Amino acid sequence: MSLRIVVCVKYVPDATGDRHFAEDLTVDRDDVDGLLSELDEYAVEQALQIKEAADDAEITVLTVGPEDANDALRKALSMGADKAVHVEDDDLHGTDALGTSLVLAKAIEKTGYDLVVCGMASTDGTMGVLPALLAERLNIPQVTQLSEVSVADGKVTGRRDGDTASEQLEAALPAVVSVTDQSGEARYPSFKGIMAAKKKPVESLDLEDLEIEADEVGLEGAWTKVDDATERPARTAGTIVKDEGEGGKQLAEFLAGQKFI
Amino acid sequence: MAEVLVYVDHVDGAVRKPTLELLTLARRIGEPVAVHLGAHADEAAKVLAEHGAVKVLAADAPEFAEYLVAPKVDALQAAYDAVSPAAVLLPSSAEGKEIGARLAVRIGSGIITDAVDVEAGDEGPVATQSVFAASYTTKSRITKGTPVITVKPNSAAPEAAPAAGTVEQLAVTVADSSKGTKIVSRTPRESTGRPELTEAAIVVSGGRGVNGAENFPVIEALADSLGAAVGASRAAVDAGWYPHTNQVGQTGKSVSPQLYIAAGISGAIQHRAGMQTSKTIVAINKDEEAPIFDLVDYGVVGDLFEVVPALTDEVKTRKG
Ligand SMILES: Cc1cc2nc3c(=O)[nH]c(=O)nc-3n(C[C@H](O)[C@H](O)[C@@H](O)COP(=O)(O)OP(=O)(O)OC[C@H]3O[C@@H](n4cnc5c(N)ncnc54)[C@H](O)[C@@H]3O)c2cc1C
Ligand SMILES: Cc1cc2nc3c(=O)[nH]c(=O)nc-3n(C[C@H](O)[C@H](O)[C@H](O)COP(=O)(O)OP(=O)(O)OC[C@H]3O[C@@H](n4cnc5c(N)ncnc54)[C@H](O)[C@@H]3O)c2cc1C
Repeated sequence: MSLRIVVCVKYVPDATGDRHFAEDLTVDRDDVDGLLSELDEYAVEQALQIKEAADDAEITVLTVGPEDANDALRKALSMGADKAVHVEDDDLHGTDALGTSLVLAKAIEKTGYDLVVCGMASTDGTMGVLPALLAERLNIPQVTQLSEVSVADGKVTGRRDGDTASEQLEAALPAVVSVTDQSGEARYPSFKGIMAAKKKPVESLDLEDLEIEADEVGLEGAWTKVDDATERPARTAGTIVKDEGEGGKQLAEFLAGQKFI
Repeated sequence: MAEVLVYVDHVDGAVRKPTLELLTLARRIGEPVAVHLGAHADEAAKVLAEHGAVKVLAADAPEFAEYLVAPKVDALQAAYDAVSPAAVLLPSSAEGKEIGARLAVRIGSGIITDAVDVEAGDEGPVATQSVFAASYTTKSRITKGTPVITVKPNSAAPEAAPAAGTVEQLAVTVADSSKGTKIVSRTPRESTGRPELTEAAIVVSGGRGVNGAENFPVIEALADSLGAAVGASRAAVDAGWYPHTNQVGQTGKSVSPQLYIAAGISGAIQHRAGMQTSKTIVAINKDEEAPIFDLVDYGVVGDLFEVVPALTDEVKTRKG
């Protein structure tokens, strides 16, 4: 009996680029190169390790995003995922978290799943809520923000390092998991992996395939609205001094002037 | 006046500061009603009342500690049904965001996370967010359902505003489907005696330049002289020099103190994402080209092992 793992991955603008908003106050995706959210590489890695520990498992990577988001899927496939699902539809432009979770949940149900694996947060929206939203929509346990995860005997266990305590968690499958960047370095795709990825199947789905009405998603259907986005003014150049033996004193002088001492 | 639900973050009835900030923000859009889950509601109620809570809805059930997140969503939903609020505010912790998200699905509402300010607007509350590693400031609102908004620590100064703060018991039924994720064991984090990182007015952080766990006391000594919290870059954390709970940045804590001091930190975008909204930024780095210097109000180009101890001594002398 095969363990069906779905990994949700997001295609995001490179955080080291100069990210901007478009005129309609959505993310300008033409402006900066996109890539597989680095935090989702950790999700793919943990899925691969879970598969390696299982007798029989299959990994599907799933993304909701524009045409270019295919790059994120290819990267995940070249790391070792088996197949991919790409939800792409012009009407998805401007979808918010509630809408994204609706689309992901329907696509996950259509694909079939025992385990859903997500990153801890995307590197653009950085909300960190999608896994919880999915658990609520799919009505299955959420085992989130894990720095350690394993699956055996139909159960997922993991460690969640919180603010005030570290918790050991356990849930029966099916479940939604999210993993942090503490869960273990993600592997690099090998040359063989990159070549193999080219032949792996990528299924394309649109809103109609998922029986979602256009007005449930997109900018029009969004539950939230951005009214204004302003670029933060560049900081005015601060004072910079070279330490010639007095650096600590000078800094203390500055801090005292600002009433911190 | 419309009521606003405020989810209380507390440790055994000791209300954490971000909740008092939420009460202050809530008063701008209505009358705060606090939701306290767990033991010691009476103790919490005193503090909550001093900060404007007209009512405290309290519920305690073993399920809150035995299962992850979902039973708390059941309780918050019960509070929502009891009050029909104009908005729901929660702290932007991992748990606060997850509780808010699941409630939003249940009540058919939108959610805004990581707000740094909340104001009343013509069409409901307006939330300010600081996005793309704080390079943009956005104003957003929720257009469907009851606004669910999570707010970052240090977003408002808590104001005293005495109110009744009457404690009412909230009847909560935890659904079987909310008992899916068992908390098998819990290891509390040891307290360092220093202020909590996200709540501290001053944060002193060390990075790869600190060059070893054995040197972190240099950073700690400066922090202690200023009554500050200690932070670390991911490079320092990954090297095992300091605990992950002290990491500042995109995948660590996001801090917004009055003063942030970065020693031996280059200023990578992922680090900046967690500290760029600090009011005053100071850096000590021996490389004058380090990107962190683009952000600073005051920077010292120099060896941190010279500058930091000298600063610590000077602070101690001045404080007497
Ligand atoms: C700067 C900014 C601020 C925003 N603020 C809000 C807001 O306050 N409220 C709101 O409703 N929306 C907001 N959005 C929109 C929201 O980020 C996206 O709609 C969305 O995809 C869900 O949130 P996230 O990307 O932050 O996901 P997160 O919850 O941070 O992502 C967690 C995980 O979910 C999975 N995932 C997320 N998106 C996808 C996807 N498209 N395909 C596959 N897997 C995915 C990944 O595994 C990821 O690691 C914002 C977007 C931006 C760029
Ligand atoms: C998905 C993702 C998430 C990430 N999340 C985070 C995060 O949350 N937080 C985070 O911090 N990073 C994060 N990073 C890592 C980030 O990109 C950087 O690698 C990291 O911030 C570098 O840490 P650093 O500045 O301490 O080290 P370096 O970049 O190596 O800088 C060390 C600095 O110390 C200076 N120095 C050395 N010796 C001395 C001395 N004796 N005196 C004074 N100065 C000295 C050097 O000149 C240099 O500028 C993330 C990366 C990714 C890809």
